[in-house]
Amino acid sequence: MKPLLLSHFTATSCLGRGLQQTLDALRHGRQALKPCDFETVNLPTFIGEVEGVDDVKMAAGMADYNCRNNRLAQLGLEQDGFADAVNTAAERYGRERVGVFLGTSTSGILETELAFRERDPVTGALPAGLNYSKTQNTYSVTDFTRQYFALSGPAVVVSSACSSSAKVFSVARRMIEAGLIDAAVVGGVDTLCLTTLYGFASLGLLSTQACRPCDVERDGISIGEAAAFALLERPSANDNTRAVLLLGIGESSDAYHMSSPHPEGLGARIAMQEALHSAGLAPTDIDYINLHGTATPSNDAAEAKGVTAVFGHDILCSSTKGATGHTLGAAGAVETVICALALQHGFIPGGLNTHEVDPLLELNYQLENRSQALARVMSNSFGFGGTNCSLIFGLAQVGQQPDGESNQ
Amino acid sequence: MTIQLTAYIEGIGILGPGLTNWPSTLEILTGEQPYLSLKTVIPTPELLPAAERRRASDIVKLTLATSLEAIAAAGLEAASLPSVFSFSNGDGLNCHTICEMLASDDRQISPTRFHNSVHNAAAGYWSIATGAMASSSVLCAFDASFGAGLLDAMTQVVVEGSRCILMASDTPYPEPMFSLRSIPDNLGIALVLAPQQNPQTIAQIKVSITHDDACKFQDAALESLRIAIPVARGLPLLQAIAQQKNRRVVLDYLDNTRLAIEVSPC
Repeated sequence: MKPLLLSHFTATSCLGRGLQQTLDALRHGRQALKPCDFETVNLPTFIGEVEGVDDVKMAAGMADYNCRNNRLAQLGLEQDGFADAVNTAAERYGRERVGVFLGTSTSGILETELAFRERDPVTGALPAGLNYSKTQNTYSVTDFTRQYFALSGPAVVVSSACSSSAKVFSVARRMIEAGLIDAAVVGGVDTLCLTTLYGFASLGLLSTQACRPCDVERDGISIGEAAAFALLERPSANDNTRAVLLLGIGESSDAYHMSSPHPEGLGARIAMQEALHSAGLAPTDIDYINLHGTATPSNDAAEAKGVTAVFGHDILCSSTKGATGHTLGAAGAVETVICALALQHGFIPGGLNTHEVDPLLELNYQLENRSQALARVMSNSFGFGGTNCSLIFGLAQVGQQPDGESNQ
Repeated sequence: MTIQLTAYIEGIGILGPGLTNWPSTLEILTGEQPYLSLKTVIPTPELLPAAERRRASDIVKLTLATSLEAIAAAGLEAASLPSVFSFSNGDGLNCHTICEMLASDDRQISPTRFHNSVHNAAAGYWSIATGAMASSSVLCAFDASFGAGLLDAMTQVVVEGSRCILMASDTPYPEPMFSLRSIPDNLGIALVLAPQQNPQTIAQIKVSITHDDACKFQDAALESLRIAIPVARGLPLLQAIAQQKNRRVVLDYLDNTRLAIEVSPC
């Protein structure tokens, strides 16, 4: 594929608002997961909650979109000058030439979950004021973002569970390459809600502690929430040498089971191989893999089999879900931003909360942060329904010195 | 310069109220038969393993039915087909049941309910049923979902140079959500798209973005269907294909951004 430039990017999660707080939290191994105190949820698990989401005031004219998911989307868009960058791109290319492709799994379902408690005892009707299309509907966060920037180009939500906001890069890339648009706002937004907390509990997949990816005693996920975005454009000769490019995309389906990965990691392996193929790279060209690494016993085992089948046992890898929690439909975008930070700052984030790497995984799993120049990295995102996506990112020009702390 | 994306349609599947398959829908869309809105009857998906068949919700069964008709018409195997799924919402009844349980004293939703709640449930079951391990896009654009799915499938065909199957389906919510989102019945459309003309090609389509007005049906019953169910916004395209003549149709997409499609029979 032709590389694409991530001209701007930003992430807001339980680690903090924007790039600097995210980077600081990763560098210091800050523990942001906490015992679940969300809403009325009574489950013995940990969550990664973004502070202050309920304090966000929706922008002028956007009140109909008010729900936790769109509040977090707006909070995320307003970090790191990202909104300004989108507006600049829209003025440069035309508002009909900028697409919006965002991933989410549960959108604003929380509004409807709460509204069901307020049903009329006689008629069963939902309370007045619940705006289905602008909150609950899966498209809501892309609709919100498109209206927020007054864009009129193609737009859609990708909702394939936990691969959603990795796969948005594939949709955007095809739109740009087909010539329909010149730039794309891509990313993912997912927020805490009862469906995912009680749903993952029903599957026995919630950790009772802060999740421990690839640990010998890993016992499930910690659900988090996040909004992460990137502005994708065609690269130009003038790009900063430390600019981050999307180099490869690989996708596959397990065709195996709705909620368990293929035990041999076959779908994961195909996605990683396809990503290398699309980038025209060999496994030895990849310096680090940000694993999907959810900390469920089956995901980490299947992913490890896929990784070692493609890359062998030496490739440096870690999961950052011990830091962010599993942000579900936003995970691909959050981990894209973490990969971009790793490339620009020359560091590998160690896997938080993991004490003893499961020897059966046979991975070169990094427990500590590590300073190292990186040229190309891979990010894995897999989801329910056997949906897999691997992305490869790299610096525009390899071989440069990492940015110092002061540059970001 | 207007960008036009070209693809060739090799197979069509459809199932909805009064629309039982493509051959009978073709006769309705060309005016040979009247349109009568009868409740959609979704067949049991024999292709699914027994366990998955028991767990499958309507949106899964509907999508399987339309896709298998389209794939059979195209004379293809599903296993190697990249796919695009587009739904204006997930399975309505399943969503209702989960919200009802979460509002009750017992919030213990079942694992099956939960995995059926993901927007890509039909994509997951479809890949299990067909053994397809190729890439899939699973999309939502509210009322624009058919157009969004078609546009993504077109870029897949043009950029990747590969065949692609588009599956767009909608299922109704029961009350009380029906009052907020009044989709009256199940409807699904599936199209197999290819980058080149082949012996099985039915029509060539050229898709571009326009601000022209969307095509409406003169037949009042078909027009009310087009408006009532999001995926039915694609029916004017199917009518143009059925008529076997060169036509330009405009489909609703996002706000005043619409899709112009030049249809030529092959």
